Parts: sequence; C-alpha cells; structure tokens
Amino acid sequence: MYSEKVMDHFMNPRNVGEIENADGIGEVGNAKCGDIMKMYLKIENNIIVDAKFKTFGCGAAVATSSMSTELVVGKTVDEALQITNKAVAEALDGLPPAKMHCSNLAEEAIRAAIEDYKRKNGLLDECDCATACGRRCDDIHHDHDHEFNEDDEE
Amino acid sequence: MTYLPVDENGLITPQQVAEAIRPNTILITIRFANNEIGTIQPIAEIGKLVREKGIYFHTDAVQAIGNIAINVKDMNIDLMSMSAHKFYGPKGVGGLYIRKGVKLVSFMHGGAQERGRRASTENIAAIVGFGKAIELATANLDEYNKKIMALRDRTIDEVMKNIPFVKLNGHREKRLPGNANFSFQFIEGESLLLMLDMKGIAASSGSACTSGSLDPSHVLLAIGLPHEIAHGSLRLTFGDDNTDEDVNKLLEVLPVIVERLREMSPLYENVKRGNVNV
Repeated sequence: MYSEKVMDHFMNPRNVGEIENADGIGEVGNAKCGDIMKMYLKIENNIIVDAKFKTFGCGAAVATSSMSTELVVGKTVDEALQITNKAVAEALDGLPPAKMHCSNLAEEAIRAAIEDYKRKNGLLDECDCATACGRRCDDIHHDHDHEFNEDDEE
Repeated sequence: MTYLPVDENGLITPQQVAEAIRPNTILITIRFANNEIGTIQPIAEIGKLVREKGIYFHTDAVQAIGNIAINVKDMNIDLMSMSAHKFYGPKGVGGLYIRKGVKLVSFMHGGAQERGRRASTENIAAIVGFGKAIELATANLDEYNKKIMALRDRTIDEVMKNIPFVKLNGHREKRLPGNANFSFQFIEGESLLLMLDMKGIAASSGSACTSGSLDPSHVLLAIGLPHEIAHGSLRLTFGDDNTDEDVNKLLEVLPVIVERLREMSPLYENVKRGNVNV
C-alpha cells in the first residue's frame, strides 16, 4: 500500500513536462525494467531554478519523480547532489519495500541531470561520472540501502 | 519433462503434442484456459489423440470450469483440476475429477478419507458450497456467457478502435467469455491500475500469484511480447455483476487515463515527434 502522500504525488504530479533549452537533462532506468525517469533542470548561478520530469513507471516511480523535482528546486547544485534516495522516500512518508528501487532511480536522475549540466559547462571532474549509467534491473532492485521499513507488507 | 512453447496467441496445437510424445511418456497435462490472457486450448482434439496413444491426460481447468462447457467424456479427459472460487463458490475448496479406472497413489497419508485417496477430515461445508456453486454456474451457462461475451466484445472492439498503440493479448475468438487483456505501449501497468482504481474500476495487470513480483508477466513474455510492452498490460475480467453501464464507464475513463500516462511518459515523446517505429 502507498502512503497518502505517494498517492497525492501520483494522482497530482508536480512539474510534469519538459524544459526547453534545459541546462541539464538526465535519463535513467530502462524500459525493460519497467521504469524510466527523465529529469530536466534549469540552473542559474549554480542554483536550480526549475525542474521538470517525464516518467514511465509505476505509481512509486511517478511519485518519487514528482517529489524529487520539488526537492531540488531552490537548491544549489552541490546541495542537490546530497539528496539521497532515502530522503526522497522519507519526504513521501515512506515507500513499500518492493518499491524502494524507485527512489534510487530518483536520486540517479538528479545526479544524471547535474552531471549533464556540468559536462556542458566544463565543470565535470574526472571521477564524477559514477552512478548514473546503464544498470541492469537487478542492480537497481538490490543495491543502495533497503533497510527502510514500512509497516505494510504486500 | 517436456514443455511445449505457445504461439503468439498463447495456443498450442495437437500436432505439437503428438510430436512431443515419447515411448516413456506417461502423462500429458495441458491447462484448459489461461488465466491472464484467456486463451482456450484445443482440449478435445488433444484429448482424442492422447487417448489413442493410451497416455493419461490431465487438464488444469480451474479457469475454465463454470465459464465454458466441458464434457470430460467427449473430451477424453482422465483427470481434471477445479477450484470453487472461480465460479463464485467458497475459497479454499477444489476438486480433482478422476475418470473411473484411473488409479492414483495417495500423496496424503494417515487416514482413509475419500476412499484412501486423500487423508484428512473433509471440509463438508466448503464441499457443499462447491457443489451448489457449480450447479448454479452451469445452470444457465449459455445465457450467462451471451451476456458477458457481449460486454467483453464491446470492450475489446471499442478499445482497439479508439486507443492507438494497443495490442489485444490472447486469441480473439478462442478465449474465456469474461476475459480481456490489452497491452498499452509507452505506459506501465501499475500506474494504469491505480488510476482505474481511483475511478472505481478494479482490474489487474498480471495474476494475483505474481503481484509481489516486479517482473512482467511470464505469460506475456511467452507469447513473445518484449518486456517494455508486457509491462503495460491490463487484464479485465467480466462477471455476473457487470453491466452495460460498467462498460460505458470503462470506455469513458480508460482512453483519458492512457493518454494522461502517455503524456507523462518519456517513451511517448518520440512517438509524438513522429520519429519512432512502432
């Protein structure tokens, strides 16, 4: 079962769409696994001023996309990079254990969009390009921390 | 053990069965009808050829019995599994038809119940419920089927006509009277179910047996759908209580929901720009 907040962000997702001439675009996941998240960022003076998303995926995937766009706007690039999958899930009052991988996807989408921004602006350090590349479904489902507990087990 | 592959409609052919028979084959079991995509197998033809070979023929008819006419004698069925909850009977009781003369070794020991075939005290109330339910389900089967097939056919025809990038899963004619199963490209099944649920429409995307799994339906993969299309599947089941109004409502809300989810989907962007092969 999803929390009320997840259902709210699923039924009324914030910031759906694209940003024309976005400063950073990140796309993670793949259709085979059943979820793709594409995030667009508008960045001015190192601050994220707008974020939009398109997502193919389950209710949790849409809700975490929506929540993460809300979380990043107003933050500096470095602050946005500190947003963890756990923070996204907590902001939604939790996710069912089987859906925690969706919050990984949100974290990765933010990173990928920022990485794209840095690349376009020559700000990319050599070692920055770690997390956001083509994973297999299994990776997404099993890595990061999954200790997040939710009362409802379905 | 030999497993037979199905075609794009989920069907196997009697020829496939005949060719798979080996000198040491003792049992052939074919599911009568599939729960997810509704496809009905040619059980009578298979039964005939299996009987001629003198091999035991079992069918899992859980999805079919009470929904379509079955005659175990005409179809040469030796063993048939059934479950009451599929024809409005109580949950937790099922049955195995055993043709006279077929000898089974008991797998539950410790009591002589059911003439030594299955130890343990019978659940009489559930068994009576099973009996009454199958009696009611089969009493007006033709009339009942006429009603729900009309609902199903209108749903299938309208959905195929009015929603682009959709595929009907399962055989168009050889399918359970109450089953419709679609794949909508570029969207994911759970999102679809949640939105339908918020509109008061209960549907499913696969089977209850696999609702805890994130992988797409193995049935849809077996009929050759790629993962990304199998993820966007919707299974609708029509039953006794459904009405024309229910179908009207479904046909009104489904296209809107599908379009809304597609507008949200990054996979749909390319299609709208007209540069993708679908």
